[in-house]
Amino acid sequence: MKRLVCISKTPDTTAPISFSSDGTTFNSAGVQYILNPYDEWYALVRAVELKEKQGGTVTVLHVGLAENDQIIRKALAIGGDDAIRVNADPKSAFFTAKQIAEVAQSGGYEVVFCGKETIDYNASEVGAMVAECLEVPFISYATHMEVNGQTATITRDVEGGSEVVEVVAPFVVSAAKGMAEQRIPNMRGIMMAKNKPLKVVEPITVENPVSVVQYSLPPAKQGVKMVSPEDMDELVRLLHEEAKVI
Amino acid sequence: MVLVYAESPNGQFKKAAFEAVAYGHLTALALGTSCVALVLGDTADAGQLGLYGASTVYQVQNDHFSDFDSQVYTAVIASAAQKLGAQVVVVSHTSTGKSLLGRLAVKLHAGSVAGAKAVPDTANGFVVEKGVFSGKATAQYAIQSAVKVVSVMGNSIPIKADGHIASVQSLDVAVPPSRVKVLERKTVSGGKAPLPEAELVVSAGRGLKGPENWGIVEELADALGATTACSRPVADIGWRPHHEHVGQTGVAIRPNLYIAAGISGAIQHLAGVNSSKVIVVINKDPEAPFFKAADYGVVGDAFEVLPRLAEAVKRFKNS
Repeated sequence: MKRLVCISKTPDTTAPISFSSDGTTFNSAGVQYILNPYDEWYALVRAVELKEKQGGTVTVLHVGLAENDQIIRKALAIGGDDAIRVNADPKSAFFTAKQIAEVAQSGGYEVVFCGKETIDYNASEVGAMVAECLEVPFISYATHMEVNGQTATITRDVEGGSEVVEVVAPFVVSAAKGMAEQRIPNMRGIMMAKNKPLKVVEPITVENPVSVVQYSLPPAKQGVKMVSPEDMDELVRLLHEEAKVI
Repeated sequence: MVLVYAESPNGQFKKAAFEAVAYGHLTALALGTSCVALVLGDTADAGQLGLYGASTVYQVQNDHFSDFDSQVYTAVIASAAQKLGAQVVVVSHTSTGKSLLGRLAVKLHAGSVAGAKAVPDTANGFVVEKGVFSGKATAQYAIQSAVKVVSVMGNSIPIKADGHIASVQSLDVAVPPSRVKVLERKTVSGGKAPLPEAELVVSAGRGLKGPENWGIVEELADALGATTACSRPVADIGWRPHHEHVGQTGVAIRPNLYIAAGISGAIQHLAGVNSSKVIVVINKDPEAPFFKAADYGVVGDAFEVLPRLAEAVKRFKNS
């Protein structure tokens, strides 16, 4: 089975979030970037586990500039066989999805894995867009996945519960917690990753139908109001009369 | 026209559907057009969507809608949008809506915004606000395409059932066969609101010392009518089920009230809960970082404070 795992870079969870003074661009100075946790811990690791059990290949795909190559190398150290980087700075989910779909189609990949969302723009859009571009099923929020031949049995989160579904490749799956456990790349993996093939391709032309016109930070919290641990009636009164939430 | 796809899992609307209709209604008012709702499959009282602002409810009947397949739903919603001439399509930002949004954007050649927190600003184009960086910031997105699709974040649009029951008309749209087979369904919420929709949440962490002590958390949650949640370590060591884990890698929530006991407030936890309207932190360590993100704080032992708070809530409810 030919597996394609889409990886994105995001600011580290603890990175300071700030914007230019006119609020139109994100300040990336001093920001540490990481492989998006959902892509890494759940999508990539599950794809690698399935390869180790059943054979086939895992190709890592990233849409981004050369400065992100270290993120790609990390994914290769975790177990990807080879990588493709689409050489463009993506400005929208739509742009990214179109590039992924192009690579998936021309490369004949059977399963496209992605994380359930990125931790920066939190949109969950790319996987669904790729599936529609390819006209294949999309199984979102997968928490468990087994594959037998071309047929996958996947548990997915739905409102108020979960469902077990069966789907035949080709399809797109987005991975959530439970799909796999985080893997720390070992020294051998890191050394091998340096020599694995990384192909750079140029993007196809896509118009961005959306753009960010303004960023803003939420107003600072007013400061915490302390309540005596002895007086929970006072807390209830505040929640009712002041905060008006009960 | 604004078309709202109103989800009806198991033939019932939930709050997310009413919020999407309310959002569509307000968007239509801003654009000077009408808002209609679309319902797929058998749904009780589809006309009640009129109470939230739908002028007409269109219903597509087909036996296959009971098994959700985003490809099939997208084909039907997109056909309906084209047939009715919709310029804006609205869905809920639920797991169902999220798997439809991107597909609809591609199918309708539309720009999309996922998880809108406010009605679009149409004074100068079509600008939609959403949370980014896991709730740490807000971004305004301009959609330039002729057709637009938006998913509405739960608990961000107030709903009032002050309209009129709408007429329900059946709509004839081709339904393609599904390639996804649902083998099994499991419900986990046990009658309580699932975490992403919950308005009140009571959560606890390692400070509770063991799974056998969760009775006091549940007692407070029951008194409030709240849903229970937990921190990541607690789910990882198996004290509580994974679906209760709120935070960066678990469920992101935005209730009106979030009460956290025995959780120190690591940045990864805050990323999942910082969109809560009001946060109450109970911790015996006055230096716990969570107090900085809290609206109300109680420095005290959770084993004493939680039962006391539960009693206070019961007294309040009975008064």
